[in-house]
This record gives sequence, C-alpha cells and structure tokens, in this order.
Amino acid sequence: MSASNVVAPPTTPTRKRPVRAGIRKARRGQARWAIYLIVPSIVLLAVVIGYPVVSAIIMSFQKDAGLDPATGLFVQGGFAGFENYAHWLLQQCMNASGQTISCPPGNLGSQFWNAVSVTFFFTAVTVVVETALGMWFAFIMNRTFRGRALVRAAILVPWAIPTAVTAKLWFFIFSVAGVANAVLNTHILWVSDEWASRFAVIIADTWKTTPFMALLILAGLQVIPEEVYEAAKVDGATSWQRFWQVTLPLIRPALLVAVLFRVLDALRIYDLPAILTHGGGGTGNATTTLSILVVDQIRQGFNSASALSTITFIIIFIVAFIFVRILGTNVVRTQEAQQKGAK
Amino acid sequence: MTTVAGPAAASAEAKAKSQTSNAAAKSKAHRRERGAAWRTRISAIVIVLWCLLPFYWMVVTSFRDVGYTFETTPLPTHFTWDNYITAFSTRLGNHLGQALLNSLFIGACVTIISLLVGTFAAYALARLDFRFKGIVLGLILGASMFPGVALITPLFQLFTNIGWMGTYQALIIPSISFALPLSVYVLTSFFREMPWDLEEAARIDGCTQAEAFRKIILPLAAPAVFTTAILAFISSWNEYLISSQLSSDATQPVTVAIAAFAGSQPHQEPYTAVMAAGTIVTVPLVILVLIFQRRIVAGLTAGGVKG
Amino acid sequence: MKAARVSVIAGAAILGLALAGCTGGGSSGGSSGGAAGANLTDKGPITYVQGKDNSSVVRPLIDKWNAAHPNEKVTFKEQSDQADQQHDDLVQHFQAKDPNYDVVDVDVVWTGEFAAKGWLQPLTGSFKMDNSKLVASTVDSGTYNGTQYAAPQTSDGGMLYYRKDLVPTPPTTWDAMMKDCDIAKQAGIGCYAGQFAKYEGLTVNVAEAINTNGGTIVGKDGKTVTVDNAKAKAGLTRLVDAFKSGNIPAEAITYQEEQGRQAFEAGKLLFLRNWPYVYNLAKTDGSSMVKDTFGVAPLPGMTGPGASSLGGHNAAISVYSKHKATAFAFVQFLQSEETQKFFVTQGSLAPVLASLYDDASLNQQLPYLSTLKTSIENAVPRPVSPFYPAITKAVQDNAYAAVKGDKTVDQAVKDMAAAIQTASAG
Repeated sequence: MSASNVVAPPTTPTRKRPVRAGIRKARRGQARWAIYLIVPSIVLLAVVIGYPVVSAIIMSFQKDAGLDPATGLFVQGGFAGFENYAHWLLQQCMNASGQTISCPPGNLGSQFWNAVSVTFFFTAVTVVVETALGMWFAFIMNRTFRGRALVRAAILVPWAIPTAVTAKLWFFIFSVAGVANAVLNTHILWVSDEWASRFAVIIADTWKTTPFMALLILAGLQVIPEEVYEAAKVDGATSWQRFWQVTLPLIRPALLVAVLFRVLDALRIYDLPAILTHGGGGTGNATTTLSILVVDQIRQGFNSASALSTITFIIIFIVAFIFVRILGTNVVRTQEAQQKGAK
Repeated sequence: MTTVAGPAAASAEAKAKSQTSNAAAKSKAHRRERGAAWRTRISAIVIVLWCLLPFYWMVVTSFRDVGYTFETTPLPTHFTWDNYITAFSTRLGNHLGQALLNSLFIGACVTIISLLVGTFAAYALARLDFRFKGIVLGLILGASMFPGVALITPLFQLFTNIGWMGTYQALIIPSISFALPLSVYVLTSFFREMPWDLEEAARIDGCTQAEAFRKIILPLAAPAVFTTAILAFISSWNEYLISSQLSSDATQPVTVAIAAFAGSQPHQEPYTAVMAAGTIVTVPLVILVLIFQRRIVAGLTAGGVKG
Repeated sequence: MKAARVSVIAGAAILGLALAGCTGGGSSGGSSGGAAGANLTDKGPITYVQGKDNSSVVRPLIDKWNAAHPNEKVTFKEQSDQADQQHDDLVQHFQAKDPNYDVVDVDVVWTGEFAAKGWLQPLTGSFKMDNSKLVASTVDSGTYNGTQYAAPQTSDGGMLYYRKDLVPTPPTTWDAMMKDCDIAKQAGIGCYAGQFAKYEGLTVNVAEAINTNGGTIVGKDGKTVTVDNAKAKAGLTRLVDAFKSGNIPAEAITYQEEQGRQAFEAGKLLFLRNWPYVYNLAKTDGSSMVKDTFGVAPLPGMTGPGASSLGGHNAAISVYSKHKATAFAFVQFLQSEETQKFFVTQGSLAPVLASLYDDASLNQQLPYLSTLKTSIENAVPRPVSPFYPAITKAVQDNAYAAVKGDKTVDQAVKDMAAAIQTASAG
C-alpha cells in the first residue's frame, strides 16, 4: 500500500489561518476523544492484569493451609504478614516444632537465589548473543544479492516455530543418542550436565529468538534512506565507519526497543527450560528459572506461590525501570534527531 | 580493507553528493563491492544453514521409522508416513487435530479483541494531546513487560474456584494480557511514524477528525494493523506457560499438546511422532509467515512515505 | 465515531464476562462440614471420573454395569491423560462441592491431599471394604492416617529385566547383581539402570532402594519424617556406590523409563529396572536386539526380592456424592474378580486381587504376571501424604545430588528429612 495515492493536494499559504483556529478548537476536543479511545484498553488490562496482580498480593500475605495434627485434615492458614516473602528472600522455613530455620536443600525456598542467578545468567548471555547475531542477520538481509529472498525466508522459520516445539526439537537433538552428540562425536549429557544443560537452553533460545531480533533491527535499518548510505559512500566512508557513524545511531531506537523486549522476555523464560531440561541439570536446578520455580510452587501452596510471583514481577519491573530510565531518554532524543534529520 | 580516509560522517548535510566520481574511484569501489558480495554470500549460507538445519532434522526424523529414531544419516532413511498417522491418531490420548483448532480459535479471539481495542488506544497515544498520556503509556509499557507467571497463581486459584479450569475463556483472557499491550505498543510506534500531515491536509479539505481517521489514516494504517495482527496471533499461538497449567484435553493448544505428547506406552517418548506433530504445527505457520513476509518486514518499517 | 463505540462496547462486554466470573466463586477448600455423613444410603445414577481410558476398559465395564443396574446408571466422565490436569480437574470440582463427581479415580500420590482436604468418603462403617483378597500393599496406598479412603483398582510394580543370554540365572540380591556386572564389563555394555533423571521416577527408584533396606521416608501418618536413619542411608548408598563404580553407567542419570528401555533394547544394558510395559515392546520392537534374549525377574533385594514402589490407581467416593450407596457398590464392582480379570485380559493392567496372579490362562497372556506378583507383594506404596509434592521434591533434589556425588549420603538424607519437615510444618 503506497502512500502516494492518498497524498492530499498541496496546501496553499492563504489557507493557513483558519487551520490554526481549527487546531486550537480541536485540542479541547482531543482529551475527550482520547478518553473514549483509551478507556477500553485500560479497562481490559485492569481486568486481565490488574485483578490478578491485586489478588496475588492479597494472597501473598496469607498463610497456606496447614494440617490439624489431631484430625489430619487441612485448616486455613490465616494472616501471614511477610512470612511468605521471608520464605523466599531470606530462605526462612518452619521446622516441625514451629521454629524458624534456614530452608534445607530440597525445599523450594532454598532455590530462590539460585533461580534468580540462573534467570539473570540466561538473560545476559542470550540477549548479548542474540543482539550480536541479530544485527549480523539484519545486515545481511538488508543487502541486495541473489538469494536474499531465501535468507529472509530461512530466517523466519525458527521465528515461526512455537517455543514449545523448538524445545521438543532440541530435546531430540540433544538426547544422549541424538544428532548433536553424533556430529560433535561427543557423549555430552546435554539435558542433565550442569553447564551443558544451560548451554543447551541458551543454544535453543538463540536459535529460536535471534530472528526476532534480526527482524526488529532490520526494521530499523530499512527506514534509513538509501541516500544516506550513498552520501556516505561518496564521501569515502569505510563500511566500518558507515556502521558506527551512520547505521548504529540511526537504528538505535529500533535496537533499544528490540533489546528491551528481549530482556523482559528472557527474564520470564519458562517454556524452553521447562520442556528441554525440565528445569534440571547439574544438581537438579541448573536451569530452574524464576518462572519454573513459581509453577513448581503452585501445587504446593497458592499463597507462597503468589509471594514468589510478586517478587518475580518486582524484579522484572526494576530491571525494566532501570532500562527505560537509563536508555529511555536516549530513545526519545534519538527519535527526535532522526525525525529532524529526515526532514 | 581500503585505506580511503575521507570525511567520515554521513550526516544529513552530506546529502549534497555533488562530487562527480572519477573512473579510478569507481573501479576501487567495484572491487570493494565484489569482496563484500562474497562475504555477504558466505554469511548468507551460514545463516540459512543455521536456521534451517534443525528444522530439516525435524522434518527428516518425522519421516523415519520409529525403530530407527536415532539414526544419524543426514538423508531420509527408512521412509514412512506412520509418524503422521500416529501424530493425528487419538488412540493414544493425543489430540493434535483438536489442539490445532484450539490454537486457531484462541489465537483468533485474542487477536481480534486485542486489535479492536488496541488500535484506538494506539491512535490516541500517538496522535492526541491529553493529560496523563505519559502515565497511560507507562501503564501499557508496564503491562507489556508483565511476566505471565505473576498472573498464573491467582488465575489458577480463581479459575479453580469458579470452575473455569480448562475452558477457552481461561486461556483467552490471560493471553490478552500480553497480546493487547504488544498490539498497542507496536501500533503506537507505527502511528507515530505515519505521515500525519496528510491527516491535517484532509482536515483542511473539510474532513472532520473522525473522517480523516477513516479515510486517510485507516487505509494507511492497514498494513501496520495487519502486521500487528500477525504478531499478536503468533504470540498467542506460541503461548505455553499459562496454557500448560490452565488448559484441559479438550481446549489445550498445540504447544501444550506437543510438549505432552504421549507415546504408545505410558512412559514412551515418541520422538518421531513428536517431530511429525512439530512439522504439522510449524509448516502452516511457516507458509503463512512466508506469504506475508513482505508485510511483516515492511509493516515493521512502517515509516511510511518513501521518496 | 462508530468504530470507537464498537470498541467501548467490546471492552465492556469482555469486562462483563470477566466480572460475571468473579462473582461466582470465593470459597476455598477446608472443612467439608457434614458432607461425609450425608447420603450414605441413597441410590441413583452416578458419574465415574477417570483419566483417559487408554486401554479401552472403562466403557465396556460401565455398559455391563448399566445393563444390570438400570436405575443406578453410571456415566463415564473421561479426563485428560495428563496427571496434573486430572489432579486440577478433581480439585476444581471438589472445591465446588460438585455432586456429579461421585466416584473418582485417584493417583496414589493424591490420596493424602484429597483425604486431608476432607473430600474423600472414609471407607469405614457401612463402607468398609473387604480387603482380605487383595494384595496387602495396594490397600496401604489408599490409606491415610490410619483410615482407608480409596479402594485399590489396578496395580503396577517394577521388575528386573535381564539378558538371559549373558546371565542365565537372574540375581536375586543386589550384591549378586553387582557381582554379575563383571559380565557386563566383559561384554562391553552397561550393567544396571533404573530411572535416575530428576523427576518422579527418581523418587520411585530411591524409595525402592530405601524400602528394600527396611527404611522408610515418612511414617504411616504421612507426616513423621523417618528417612534420616541408618537403613535409609544404606539403601541410598547402594545406588550411590553403583554410580561411583560405573555399575550404573553415568548416562543413566538422564534416564527416564524410555531412555532405559531404549538402551536395554539396543543391547547396551545387562539389567534394567522398569515397569511391565517394557515387556511387550522389547519383544516386538523392530529395533529391539534382545527380542529373544531377555527375561524378567523380581527386583533384587538384600536377601530376597526387593521392595518395588507401587504404581496403579485407586477408586474413591466423593463426600459430595448424592448417591453414595450406588457409588460404594460400583467401587466394589471394580474390585470384583470378573472386573479385575477383564482389566488383565483387555487392558494388560495388573490386578489387585492376589489370586489372579496365579491364574494359568492369564499367565499365558502376560508371561510376566507371576514375576509381577512377587514385585507387588513386596511393594511399598510411596508416602500417602497431603504434602506429597514437597516430599517427592525433597527426595529428588537430595537423592539426585547424592548419586551425582555432589553431596554425601549422610548430608543428603539429613537435608531430605529437614526439607520434608519444613513442608509439613506449612
């Protein structure tokens, strides 16, 4: 769909004044318009996100049901204060005689910090690798050469495969008798060795998600007008210089958006480790991410699980906040600069 | 690498491009371009192999006799269609066919609702001036970063209490929580980059804002909306975490069905049938994406007016 | 303008939809009030709830029942074949006090939870089951805190698959099996494997090791932690030592049932602990290299057969059922000799009636039946506890660390005990 067929006739200077008045009038109406337009989204989000969040917070301050020692039947737990949060953050558990002790291994509470570090490790490694690879993919796809259509098609394949299927596919590739070991001529226990299992998850995630990065970066690349490159070329800039001084600043907004999305996505990683390694590996928790821990906890007690999911949310929120705070201002500035440059 | 120094920055002023290039520079540039072309070609091959080989392996395995699951010959051997029959068979308690329909249905509902509601919000955010705009934007961005696991516990309890476990609405509602913010966010950035001058021009021509929206903006935005729809649909199609906990046999989407694919025996992992199921799920999506790949890529670049 | 209105309406509709949901619920589990004492003698149509009927045994049985009881017809509600989904479906209906879930099929590991929530009708008083003809261990699997809540329906136990071409007489004790590992070494194959990946199968295998040495994980009340003692340690030590010596090959740490079966069928294992399902597959699989060269034996123990963990399913009556007398009669019907025989012939499901294991014609159909009898007779159910998910987690995490050599057996057992305790302390 080309814009040219809807281009309005050029305005003439004589019509400028009435326009200004109209705009002022319109501005008053805009707020009301905006409310009409935005309210449905906000209401919907309040229902699908707001309600669960509030009830999760309320639940997180309740004790999980305990047993009545006399009958062996469950009784309601009552108000818990910050007990559920202390359980995760400080690894506080209750022993049989009701004393607070440090959670022993094998209790989910003892895995909290492990899950935090696993999650952050996955996030850091996958986002860095995927950004680098994604940029490479995008640059290649942005060039003109024979077979470009094939590359573009190929790159969309991993992106189009659902993560759950990806996990199953790599689960098969990484099985002991599988093709990964056959090709490498190794006998690596990909889904159970501590580091091998982590890298199995990282490799599968990289395969699956790099195309997403590449597409978003490519989107940034394609809004750069051809003339800018040509001008740089004519000026004799090397391709390296062109990359650092022309391309990178111009794709910065797209890149930052892509990275932000990926970071937030990686922090809640669940599907791949849950299916590929079942959160196992190493001593059994090498790939247990925060999301997996929450799901593990659900059937052991809603309220404690709510506290953990609330903590997870806060962690992700903080990361996002830092991200937007530090880089967000730049996003706006770069965008403005870009728009100015385009005019 | 060549040693051409020259003024580095290709700032906007450099647009001038007034210099006439002489023959020597031309041939140098030509050589450079040929080297680059080779590097591009090799990179392209590596990328294509990296992207396609695992997929190829899935397809090849899906045609292999189950008795030769771990055969590592790269070419198809022990060819059979059995795995596809097994994949669709409900005899073993798998419901791939049903799951495909479920995924389609859930994805369609989620996409339609998200776009219906999200398009207007995105228009307002990109276009209109109003107080609390920052807050609304922040809210929606916040929602788009929202982790699914934070929803799952309360929803699990809520749906258990009201008997919604395993129903379609129990799967659609949580999916909106990520598809709607995604749609609003993507559309807002599309709309920001659209040539709004045209809208003003239309207003000058006597259109009301609503008319301008319908006659000028909507046709211009259609590719953006369409691309966003694909993105929203795929995000819903890929969803696993919440569905894996809240769905039932009758409503489970393909992701859950495949992850839990059962073999002919209680403990059997039917790799070949899973690969067949994976191929079935993937191929239509790949075809869809390939058909609309221009839309997806071009839609993402919806800066709009070229030239 | 019109479009905006549409979106508002759509939003409102969805909101209404969601709010309609919110008003419905509220109450959550806990005490069941007097439900357990109600409707004890009432008869009428009931519903039987079970996971996927993969062996096609339930429908013919129900047809038969319905033909004989036209006024007390049973409707079959078939659940998913995913254990978690079955569990959640049951929880949801119990929480809603659904009177239409009359007889439910419960996994051994849920019995404690459902009983403690007060959802299962105690099988006492007029509902006392006659358990005299059953394999005793199966009854324990339906018993929580000294009260029977679920009636055994089908059973399952682990067996030792061995290569009779290499080991003509199967070992009867663990030590003898470890000695036979020299044969495996000479043949250049792995010696023994079970299920040691970190999942429910590991709990099964570790519990077997511990029980075989006379230890237990928790006491009969499902709460008292008993795992931190010499017997349990000795049991776990056997597995740890076998891993250390290579008698259990290192890759067995990734084995679930299937990987072990594949290794065994590929001729790469001398001994394999697995469920009866392997028998037919190993006989018929195209790629099986051991079709005619394997045999089955009871799990090796200390001096005699080892203690298998118990599989299988139990039937329980919901306290919210309106027709409990019919429900009870149906449960008895499930345990009748006729039904049990049908389970074997039609579904290859191990019966709970002891006498059937010696039935000659059944043995002809399932040649492993007599071996399985020894297994099930010596079997110990996994802990019947309301906190089973936490217990199995504690066992898996710590036993896994121990067999990998990351933790001493002493420490593993100590941590296991502490972790189980913290779980049951709430």
